[in-house]
Amino acid sequence: MSIDPAQIKVILATDCGSTTTKAILIQKIGGEYRQTHRGEAPTTVEAPFEDVTMGVLNAVAEVGELAGRRLIDDHGRIITPATETEGTDIYISTSSAGGGLQMMVAGVVRKMTAESAERAALGAGAIVMDVIAANDKRLPHEQIERIRQLRPDMIVLSGGVDGGTMTHVVELAELIAAADPKPRLGASYKLPVIYAGNKDAREQIKNELGAMTDLYIVDNLRPVLERENLGPAREKIHDLFMEHVMAQAPGYRKLMEWTDAPIMPTPGAVGNILKRVADTQGINAVGVDIGGATTDVFSVFDGVFNRTVSANLGMSYSISNVFAEAGLPMVMRWAPFEMDERDLRNRVKNKMIRPTTIPQTIEELIFEQAIAKEALRLAFIHHKSFATRLKGVQQQRTIGDTFEQSAAGETLINMMTLNLLVASGGVLSHAPRMSQTAMMLIDAFAPEGVTRLAKDSIFMMPHLGVLAEVHPQAATEVFTKDCLIYLGTCVAAAGQGKEGKECFTYRVELPGGKVEEGALAFGQVKFIPLGDGEEALFKAKPARGFDLGRGSGAAIETTVWGGTVGLLLDARGRPLAIPENLDQRLRALKSWMREWKIYPEERLV
Amino acid sequence: MAHTYTPGLKVTEQQLVRKSRILPLKGNVLVRVGQLVGPDEVVARTDLPGEAKLMNIANLLNVEPSEVPAHMIRPEGDAVREGEIIARSKSFFGMFKSQAAAVMTGTIEKVNSVTGQVLLRGPSLPVEVRAYVSGKVVEIREREGCVVETWASFVQGIFGVGGETNGELMLACQTPDQQLTPELIRADMAGKVIVGGSRVTAAALHQAIKSGVRGVVTGGFDDKDLRDLLGYDLGVAITGAERLGITLIVTEGFGDINMAGKTFDLLKSKVGRLACINGATQIRAGVIRPEVVIPMDAPVDTSVAGKEHVSALDIGSPVRVIRMPHFGRIGVVSALPPEPRILESGSKARVLEVDFDGERAIVPRANVELIEG
Repeated sequence: MSIDPAQIKVILATDCGSTTTKAILIQKIGGEYRQTHRGEAPTTVEAPFEDVTMGVLNAVAEVGELAGRRLIDDHGRIITPATETEGTDIYISTSSAGGGLQMMVAGVVRKMTAESAERAALGAGAIVMDVIAANDKRLPHEQIERIRQLRPDMIVLSGGVDGGTMTHVVELAELIAAADPKPRLGASYKLPVIYAGNKDAREQIKNELGAMTDLYIVDNLRPVLERENLGPAREKIHDLFMEHVMAQAPGYRKLMEWTDAPIMPTPGAVGNILKRVADTQGINAVGVDIGGATTDVFSVFDGVFNRTVSANLGMSYSISNVFAEAGLPMVMRWAPFEMDERDLRNRVKNKMIRPTTIPQTIEELIFEQAIAKEALRLAFIHHKSFATRLKGVQQQRTIGDTFEQSAAGETLINMMTLNLLVASGGVLSHAPRMSQTAMMLIDAFAPEGVTRLAKDSIFMMPHLGVLAEVHPQAATEVFTKDCLIYLGTCVAAAGQGKEGKECFTYRVELPGGKVEEGALAFGQVKFIPLGDGEEALFKAKPARGFDLGRGSGAAIETTVWGGTVGLLLDARGRPLAIPENLDQRLRALKSWMREWKIYPEERLV
Repeated sequence: MAHTYTPGLKVTEQQLVRKSRILPLKGNVLVRVGQLVGPDEVVARTDLPGEAKLMNIANLLNVEPSEVPAHMIRPEGDAVREGEIIARSKSFFGMFKSQAAAVMTGTIEKVNSVTGQVLLRGPSLPVEVRAYVSGKVVEIREREGCVVETWASFVQGIFGVGGETNGELMLACQTPDQQLTPELIRADMAGKVIVGGSRVTAAALHQAIKSGVRGVVTGGFDDKDLRDLLGYDLGVAITGAERLGITLIVTEGFGDINMAGKTFDLLKSKVGRLACINGATQIRAGVIRPEVVIPMDAPVDTSVAGKEHVSALDIGSPVRVIRMPHFGRIGVVSALPPEPRILESGSKARVLEVDFDGERAIVPRANVELIEG
């Protein structure tokens, strides 16, 4: 498709979620792209409608009404191209309806090729149902049984470096053939399998799988141990997602004809925009999207993108699982009051079976946010263990590297170098106070040094992710101006100390010449107002044993940005020190929540 | 969005119930259209491919994978018994023999000269699908299964565990607010589906399992007891496959909570009838709720039966509050203010006013569900 970016004045984008279809309108106003209107309608993939385009048209009609712009013609088609009063120049869409993209991956070594295959699938926006590896400690017949039970949308098979041994990857193909897996949607087509392993084994793989599956061969995703080449496998996953998965869902064939760019799986699009923004601004960023059933974490560190999906960590359908995985004491350590275990357990289960309810009382809200912190924390632990340097690589070391403990398999996530932390998803975006969102992020992710906090205003990242494919300029402009709501900046010292002992001294030169200065003792937090769009000069000197980014005891001087919350100083230490003694903990939680204005004062006495 | 409230669970005196009875793989359908079936009647049958096991013959014989076909003494397609020799290496002067015995009874499906592996396939596993409800076969899906239809009283639960079963309906509690305790479980309840009132205690449930009760329908249940019953903390609400020796259906929720009067009265009026129940619950897109289906014996006057009215939330609608602080209470909508209000939690949401027998309270619309008829 040829789009002349300069000619584009109006852009329409939809995201078909499993329950809601969201539409946004982007218009060129005074030379720059801005998001102007949004609308939503229930998704219509399931009975009785069974046509996704109905929900799309409803959402688009709402945007059209709000914008005073006719977007749909009398035949129920989106009007294109745009004129002064009607239509759009580009129409694009993402989708996670019908359970998104569900995949199984297989690789020879769990921590090497299988992990690379998993990274390719996750990066493309898939939910990985299982990872089969020659060394995953399951016996072949158990693996066969597992493959047979799963009904994935597609499988990625990898293994072996180019020119290396072929036996193991062919054995994996043999396992898959023995299991004879069936696709999730519809029995009328063969299961797509992408082979991205040792190129010398292609013929044997064809012999094993060519007849019984819909086999596609792409470049090896680990051609040599030292390098991943995920692009070709990822692109093939996207193509097959369109051709097979989407084409099976009701109404999608029609929708695919309407769009000016291929429909992307929603999480794939979110990752796309985050990576692009991090690359353009040269920053390290982490994004999180917490939903009812799953939590997605995206990160870009030193240009390397990673995404993980924690399939059973979420705030409604999976809330009970968060509780089960974290355990009651871990959840309750965030609540500034005591609660009865039996009552709590029943509350959690009642939320699970009736997932659309909302907290009416402040107590319910606090409890829900406590669970959210644990869901986010667990999802981030999962992410850190996955976003690593390539494993299985022999590191060549010089004498200069001897003292640097950078090893293969080490996580890429370094909280001290994180610049931007972006929140999205119901419990984070709809928190009654923005300070609550900020605290959930800080407590769960424990950022170190200076980190800017933001939230996705109306969950626009998926739309912008696809837009970036066809109009990168519009996507980045809208991302910076309309998509993100900056909450402020968190400054946190890494290290441990004794309660009451000095952690760091600070001096903030605020706009208008006002100066705030003081010292924070270990275990304290501090709030300094700094409005949206404002900057301040921040100077601090940590005590010995504490680090603000320059090393233990080293002073820092940097710019900090304000936001809807402000500047949040955190001297609670890293790892975050929460008193174990109940009375001390309740006292500490209340003092932090009062200082950061998290909940109404009267509930924190 | 148009519906900010939760559509309620169905509790109906009579409605047409259609159940698809489909095999996991294609097979044989054993019934025909128009046939009357009982709940335990097998309507379709198939054979799942048997268990598969791979044997690394190259390793066992210490030969190259490419040589494996030459060493096989039983060819592809042969049926073999566990322990039977299927491959033997040609030894040097016949002095050192290596051989490989089948690790299971089955068929040699494939001999691979690249990996040196042999795939053994066990005998196929028969799978049967039963009718689940008594009724009439109204549709045949060729080689897949059928649809069974019946007029029935129908109660949807909110959560359940255990799969499909059936039995005569019997009251264990006399009122919807009575707790189901062990002393209420009697020996003559074996093989029956029993109806509780408010919460069923863990002890009562264990007593019911011991007594051979097939199913329990209750208002509430404690999560702690659920964990004890299952032996693990249920993380994600996908149930139905548990083998507990009983099927449990919870109609209202977790905790001490009375069964809705309407549900209790309906079940009470059907005592002595066959109840077909399924605890399977899936709370995700494509929600599955547990259910009690009580098929009607006599033909129903279809001109009056099953007129399903689509309920809308309106003044006077009966509702159940499904979240604290009024969790479990049943009342009537007394006002529907159009403007969103700020809740105590600080969130802004659309609300309604509920009248609980004279006492009125403001509740977010998202936190009520309609009691449907």
